[in-house]
Amino acid sequence: MRFLPAIGAEFAKIFTTRMWWVLALILFVYIGLLAGGLAAFFGWLVANPEESGAGGATAIPPEADLAGLMYSFATSVGYVFPVLLGALAVTSEFRHQTLTPTFLANPHRAVVLWAKFAALFVVGGVVFGVIGWAASIGPAAGALALSDLDPALDDPETWAMVGRGILAMALWAAVGVGLGALVPNQVAAIVIVIAFTQFVEPILRLVATLNDVTAEIGKYLPGAASDALVGASFYSIAAMGSGEILEWWQGGLVLAAIAVATTLIGYFTSWRRDVT
Amino acid sequence: MPTGVPIEIDGLSKHFGGVTAVDDLSFTVQPGRVTGFLGPNGAGKTTTLRVLLGLVRASQGTATFGGQRYRELERPLETVGAALEAASFHPGRTARNHLAISAAAGGVARSRVGEVLDLVGMTPYADRRVGGFSMGMRQRLGLANTLLGDPGVLVLDEPINGLDPEGIRWIRGFLQQLAGEGRTVLVSSHLLSEVQQSVDRVVIIAKGRLVHEGTLAELETDSLPRVVVDSPDRPALAAALEAEGLEFTTGRQGLIVDEPDPARIGHLAFVAGVELHALARQKSALEDSFLNLVGEQGVSADDGGADAPEPTSATKATDTADDAAAEHPSPPDEPEPTDGKGAE
Repeated sequence: MRFLPAIGAEFAKIFTTRMWWVLALILFVYIGLLAGGLAAFFGWLVANPEESGAGGATAIPPEADLAGLMYSFATSVGYVFPVLLGALAVTSEFRHQTLTPTFLANPHRAVVLWAKFAALFVVGGVVFGVIGWAASIGPAAGALALSDLDPALDDPETWAMVGRGILAMALWAAVGVGLGALVPNQVAAIVIVIAFTQFVEPILRLVATLNDVTAEIGKYLPGAASDALVGASFYSIAAMGSGEILEWWQGGLVLAAIAVATTLIGYFTSWRRDVT
Repeated sequence: MPTGVPIEIDGLSKHFGGVTAVDDLSFTVQPGRVTGFLGPNGAGKTTTLRVLLGLVRASQGTATFGGQRYRELERPLETVGAALEAASFHPGRTARNHLAISAAAGGVARSRVGEVLDLVGMTPYADRRVGGFSMGMRQRLGLANTLLGDPGVLVLDEPINGLDPEGIRWIRGFLQQLAGEGRTVLVSSHLLSEVQQSVDRVVIIAKGRLVHEGTLAELETDSLPRVVVDSPDRPALAAALEAEGLEFTTGRQGLIVDEPDPARIGHLAFVAGVELHALARQKSALEDSFLNLVGEQGVSADDGGADAPEPTSATKATDTADDAAAEHPSPPDEPEPTDGKGAE
């Protein structure tokens, strides 16, 4: 009931402030420089193997993996941007007290929250997913081709990975909605997103690999699940020998479950509260 | 033309933790009139309106539009237009986009956005971001928002706050026009003087309780008009008043006498040979009456000489309410109309 108008309003909310394109622009530049720069660096290393030092031969992944690794920066590094967009979409309603006009126009609060969830899922994939993956594939494929390495653009597996990566970005935006509902304080939400994605989770994932039991748990961390869904990642190669990684569809389900669970809990803890 | 339905507040209470914001409040607002909802800051006006609009859960009682809670309204924006204090807009969004979002969410035709911007005179600023708006512009935008669905009921919280004199005159005429079309118009304010020229009826609350419901004329007769009189020789004047058996108090500008007729005071002073340099009927009978109603209970009780049923009933309400609050220190978790329709 009234779900489609509610989704329409949520899309309009996203695209009528500057936040979405500021975040998308940073995502594009950041991932473009990172993927292009590293692809050029690896290309140079392959051309000059004597420069890569003592263990040089083992440091460079095989060619096909290299392309996938560079491209996947879009999600494995860029996922913080859709999370931020999703979290801000919820917390700004609290911060600017727009919950009042929102709930006056549609007093069915659950409908509003799930409409936001759906709208952010779509924008996370269609806008941030596509922009992020375009930003990584363009410069990285160019740099690899210049170094006579295979950009693997004719490999269907590459494009399957792109599709899974875009799905991951969509899911991350939905996770952001759940997080924003759980932590309606905007500053706190931003700090949590940055600290968790850039610091806490990478350390947890590294520490988890030290022991078989924790490794079993560690693969359910959201970042690990996301990497499993995409199927190639800097972390999964860095965490050599752990071998503990979910199937791609399992990773997607874990991420979706996190998004739904946080949104549900947030609905009961903050979204249903009195708006004063 | 949309016609209004009555607003019915019935036995409404709201506790925030241990604080009682609204206390067993009941009143009705009829269509076709502008009703002022008055009380000092913190009296519970905004809380009452937020409960009415489904933004805050009632602890007890109901607040409905023609018997329906806000959440039960089929098309809320086309039934009720509401503008609440602390006008809430995202500063980075334009006026037009704010209205477009409400219209989209409420299922109102997009063409209404331009129409309501015109109605409130905001068209020249429609595509500016709200962050740079003055209070008066925000008020106008809030009013435009209420008119989106062309509703039969308007609920406006302090709509006059921040308007310039020209804007105040405009909104008074506008509210009268809306009521004249048969709509229900409820306007809150903490200043009687702000609304007394534009409202037909008043509902006055203090400390969350009803203290007066009726017409402004009724409010005026509640407090007998008094006379302010002053003399260079106040003791002589006081003696002359006492000789006539008149009650009076000493005010800043002279003696305030419980007597509506200045001529009588002038005559007795003349007869007693007391020189006067001030003699006038106290002008602010209405404002006084209002302040007495919302002020300390003691003041109301002192004032209640002849027939002042409100202070008495308010005092009773206090006792009952205090008992009730003592029995239920924490608000009971009342089952709410479910809004879990997302599951459908």
